Amino acid sequence: MECQECHQNPATIHFTQVINGDKNEIHVCEKCAVEKGYIHHKEEPYSLHHLLSGLFHFDTDLMQQSQQNKKATLTCNNCGMTYRQFAKIGKFGCSQCYLTFNEHLNPLLRRVHGGNTMHEGKIPKRQGTSIYQRKQLRDMREKLRNLIEEEAFEKAAEVRDQIKELERTIGQSEEGEHDGS
Amino acid sequence: MMGLEHFMNEAISPWLKEEGPDSDIVMSSRIRLARNLDGVSFPLIANEKQLEEILYFVEKEFNQRSYASYSDFEFLRLSELKQIQKQALVEKHLISPHLIERSDNAAVLISKNEQVSIMVNEEDHIRAQLYFPGFQLERALKESFQIDDWLEEKLDFAFDEKFGYLTTCPTNVGTGMRASVMMHLPALAITSRLNRMVPAINQIGLVVRGLYGEGSEARGNIFQISNQVTLGRSEEDIIEDLNGIVQKLIEQEREVRQNLVQETPIELENKIYRSLGTLKYSRIIESKEAAQCLSDVRLGIDLGFIHNIPRSILNELVVLTQPAFLQQYAKKRLSASERDIFRASLIRERLTLEEKEE
Repeated sequence: MECQECHQNPATIHFTQVINGDKNEIHVCEKCAVEKGYIHHKEEPYSLHHLLSGLFHFDTDLMQQSQQNKKATLTCNNCGMTYRQFAKIGKFGCSQCYLTFNEHLNPLLRRVHGGNTMHEGKIPKRQGTSIYQRKQLRDMREKLRNLIEEEAFEKAAEVRDQIKELERTIGQSEEGEHDGS
Repeated sequence: MMGLEHFMNEAISPWLKEEGPDSDIVMSSRIRLARNLDGVSFPLIANEKQLEEILYFVEKEFNQRSYASYSDFEFLRLSELKQIQKQALVEKHLISPHLIERSDNAAVLISKNEQVSIMVNEEDHIRAQLYFPGFQLERALKESFQIDDWLEEKLDFAFDEKFGYLTTCPTNVGTGMRASVMMHLPALAITSRLNRMVPAINQIGLVVRGLYGEGSEARGNIFQISNQVTLGRSEEDIIEDLNGIVQKLIEQEREVRQNLVQETPIELENKIYRSLGTLKYSRIIESKEAAQCLSDVRLGIDLGFIHNIPRSILNELVVLTQPAFLQQYAKKRLSASERDIFRASLIRERLTLEEKEE
């Protein structure tokens, strides 16, 4: 049976359409079925992510099993995404993931971005100067959380004081920035 | 409040009616910036509450606001739009198909002149894009930076000293910028010269795609050229590369057009007028054929064969003859075969309306 639309290809899709009680037999080829909107031909979009996730496993053979497991179970504290999940879907869960998986990202970034691993270009105006301090602050808060979990309260108190100090500096420099502008 | 109607009444965005530099070949220049909020889960894994908070905040801070020459930003929640309206926004390139898939918790902020659209909770929290008519990437970049600064006044963007702007997909990290140029390249397409140029273009980190982005085919000989690399090169350097390639493509396209005129003038004229005939007299026309004929007629105008049809009508018809816009225009749902009939009558009507007596 030939396709009732193009009359060229053999009909491979057959179904009965019922509109307001009127039955209609349809025999079309796949191409016409897509064009007429009878079926949605979700063409596998150029599967960048499969390609990408392949790149994560590039160094598999070179690594010890134990190291690999450690890497795979690496987990982002902020959103809970594991390295294994990240490698599977090829997408990050939150901004913090970049820092959590930091040391494993360079081979991937080099491949995707023509050998580059360091940002060049625009920097957010507001965060620009305090960006390093804020990163420091995040790290220290993380350290504090760990120390409390370990019940190392003396050390935790020290870190808490350092955090307060840093918060004060950041607060002052931000005020300074606003005054200047 | 203008509401949705404003964006639905016209198939063609106001800015696209103006002619930009080299607009015989370059239809538009676009800059897109991907941004995310610091410490908040990216849309892919964020929960309803987090996504809703982002929508609420963006609506509160930016709805009905103006920035520089971009006035009256309108905040539209996708959950409040009909499927056909969303599709029409895609056909106008104001939102991406991916935003529709995320309709439950997504929105778009569009400037009145439709030059700026800011998608919220697409793959990234914020995707701001800015269009200019013709070939003017530098200007588009300059103004997109201003829009970015404006957004940054209220939003705390995720940025890292080493990685730059942090994005959901590692292919966008760094500048978060995708610069693209939409070009009408019939002569390069007919002679398959473009296919031969693509590998060289890819080698310098640029890609060639069809009209509706990744994976879409190049209908009506309209191609998108954009950067692939976003990390380790500044926005200005990326634009410079892209400018160089686009300039080359413009030269080559013009050269091949002249060759066609000299070597096969009658065949070329025949093709152009047959296509004009098809558009003027068809009673049934599919979108693919319409796109091809519109491309031929556009070429006919550029080469001076056809004088009495303005080029802008073709920009309009390219969008207007897409399935969703057609139904929007017809003000009812149409089956595929009804669409082909309606499309044909719409094109006939528009061409007779615009065509002046010779």
